[in-house]
Amino acid sequence: MIGVNRKGEVWVFVEHEGGTLSDVPLELLGKGRELADTLGVPLAALLLTGGDGDEMVRRLGQYGADKVYLVEHDLLRQYQTATFARVVCELVQAHAPQVVLYGATAMGRDLAPTVASALKCGLTADCTDLQIGDHTPPGGKELHRNLLLQIRPAFGGSIIATIVNFDRWPQMATVREGVMVMPEPDGRARATVVRHRASLNGFVAPLRILESQRREKKVNLKAARVIVAGGAGVGRREDFRLIWELANCLGGAVGASRAAIDLGFVDKDHQVGQTGTTVRPALYVACGISGAVQHRAGMEESAKILAINIDRSAPIFSVAHYGIVGDLRVVIPRLIRAIRSGARIEGLAEPLGGRAAASGDARG
Amino acid sequence: MGYHCVVCVKQVPDTKRLSGQAMKDDGTVNRAALPAIFNPEDLNALETALAIRDRWGGTVTVITMGLPKAADVLRESLFRGADRGILITDRRAAGSDTLATSYILSCAIRRLAPDLVLCGRQAIDGDTAQVGPQIAEKLGVTLVTYLDELLDLRGATLRAKRNLGNGFEIVEAELPVLLTVVDTANTPRPPAARRVMKFKKARCRSEVEQVVARELPTGGEDEKATEVARRCLALAERGLLMGQWNLDEIGADLTWCGLKGSPTKVHRVQSIVLAGGAYREFEASEDGVARLVRELIEDHTIG
Repeated sequence: MIGVNRKGEVWVFVEHEGGTLSDVPLELLGKGRELADTLGVPLAALLLTGGDGDEMVRRLGQYGADKVYLVEHDLLRQYQTATFARVVCELVQAHAPQVVLYGATAMGRDLAPTVASALKCGLTADCTDLQIGDHTPPGGKELHRNLLLQIRPAFGGSIIATIVNFDRWPQMATVREGVMVMPEPDGRARATVVRHRASLNGFVAPLRILESQRREKKVNLKAARVIVAGGAGVGRREDFRLIWELANCLGGAVGASRAAIDLGFVDKDHQVGQTGTTVRPALYVACGISGAVQHRAGMEESAKILAINIDRSAPIFSVAHYGIVGDLRVVIPRLIRAIRSGARIEGLAEPLGGRAAASGDARG
Repeated sequence: MGYHCVVCVKQVPDTKRLSGQAMKDDGTVNRAALPAIFNPEDLNALETALAIRDRWGGTVTVITMGLPKAADVLRESLFRGADRGILITDRRAAGSDTLATSYILSCAIRRLAPDLVLCGRQAIDGDTAQVGPQIAEKLGVTLVTYLDELLDLRGATLRAKRNLGNGFEIVEAELPVLLTVVDTANTPRPPAARRVMKFKKARCRSEVEQVVARELPTGGEDEKATEVARRCLALAERGLLMGQWNLDEIGADLTWCGLKGSPTKVHRVQSIVLAGGAYREFEASEDGVARLVRELIEDHTIG
């Protein structure tokens, strides 16, 4: 635990895979920049690596880091909790940052709570927004200025809670991938490098990692311009092919609600929402998705939302721009016919339906 | 021989069944309106422990922290095969965040000195996934998150497959370890009818106290205490008295418990209010659908 340090920096823990930066630390640098500017302090990235740091340092600078704390050690070649937590704690104690942000990834959700426990400081998981603001404890008189307001859904998303941490610092939070908007890189920006020698010599890492396999996600929802998503309202796994057909017809990707995943309609990689991927496509078509807040949190910033649902009172309509109340088994085939003939009427060189082959079918 | 497992479980509101009626007028969640259930991934943790006992022998002790009502999940654990259940309940634990909760649980677990501690990856009411890793840190035992398959236990060496979402990892560690278990790890066994018959009357001391207070509303404190002691003894003789510890009994330092021990504070809570009604409706007819598509093409959303 460290005390309140008003001059403390804003830090972003950098996740990377074999020298390639993940998206989430870059997204966090965007939000971190905003927080650091409001507080008038530097923004720093925390890079732990086996020794291939230079290129990553360059990119972190371009994405907004003023400073990179670079720790290179053979034991940091592969992530494991105890080693990384030890180094992060050491750095926090040496430099007393006021804010530390982590991606809410498998790694971040393993590392951040361990660091918080060791430092006896607070940690808020899966924040959907971060702001700077003031707080007065209930019944208290003292006003705590410029705290990190850690905003997250709770209770299955039925409420939005704002959490603060005013005495035992640093203020730490995890944020899911895709929630913060990735900043535009500035090719001329440079970060100062601060090398830190970790006290790891003689340290025995408790886990022996015998095998490690990574697989690419079957679908890249974040990059899709159009997403057609199905929910429990699709009814049966066989009928989920309608979702695929509409997506193919629009050259889009297939998304799904948690309920559709749980029912086994489609693979978990397709999940949109708080515990899946957060997306902002040009068009999001929600088919048979009631629109639980966890799902809405992952798609409500789409440019256009079309909701197709048989239940007029479904909450999905509250975030929709266009709505069709009806049975998706009837509506989707009509949509497909209209899109195909619409393309003909518009006289486009390539009928929209012709993109089906290019978009690929990632089922299976 | 065998391995001593402690499983941490939590009783949670069934957030999948949240509805308008579950919110109070002030916008907070009306927990009373929600059915309380066994946190789903904690059942996967329990199943992992039971499978270890089935194969290598040992014991399975289930602990939970909460109000006396949380004893429900201990009984449910006994129905499914656990050897013993312990409730950690204390008013001074109220308002604990994940850090304080993990501190309290770690104090209790230390007294049990297990070979393995098992937790569900996360609880559905908060989805933080923080308490497991934090218990491991406080106990100083090796953390293995996202257990998908326990491949082997040989002497003091555990080999496990971790599910990282975007891949797998096979790791080896020396006991003691703390495992957090994901829902793909196994299919939890159902309650066994024979065990339900046997343990449905199992109670914790605080549950007995509640019943006695209800049945002897005018009785003096001494009279009630005597009756509670008598009933607890009778339960214990039949092997139906579940364990119950307060913060003093687990040697917890109150500085780190409850609201006082929790660095995170709630600044504000807002209920989600749906705006509603702002969308443009198109008819489900061929005509209506075609009009919608034309509009989407015209404003270059598609095409």
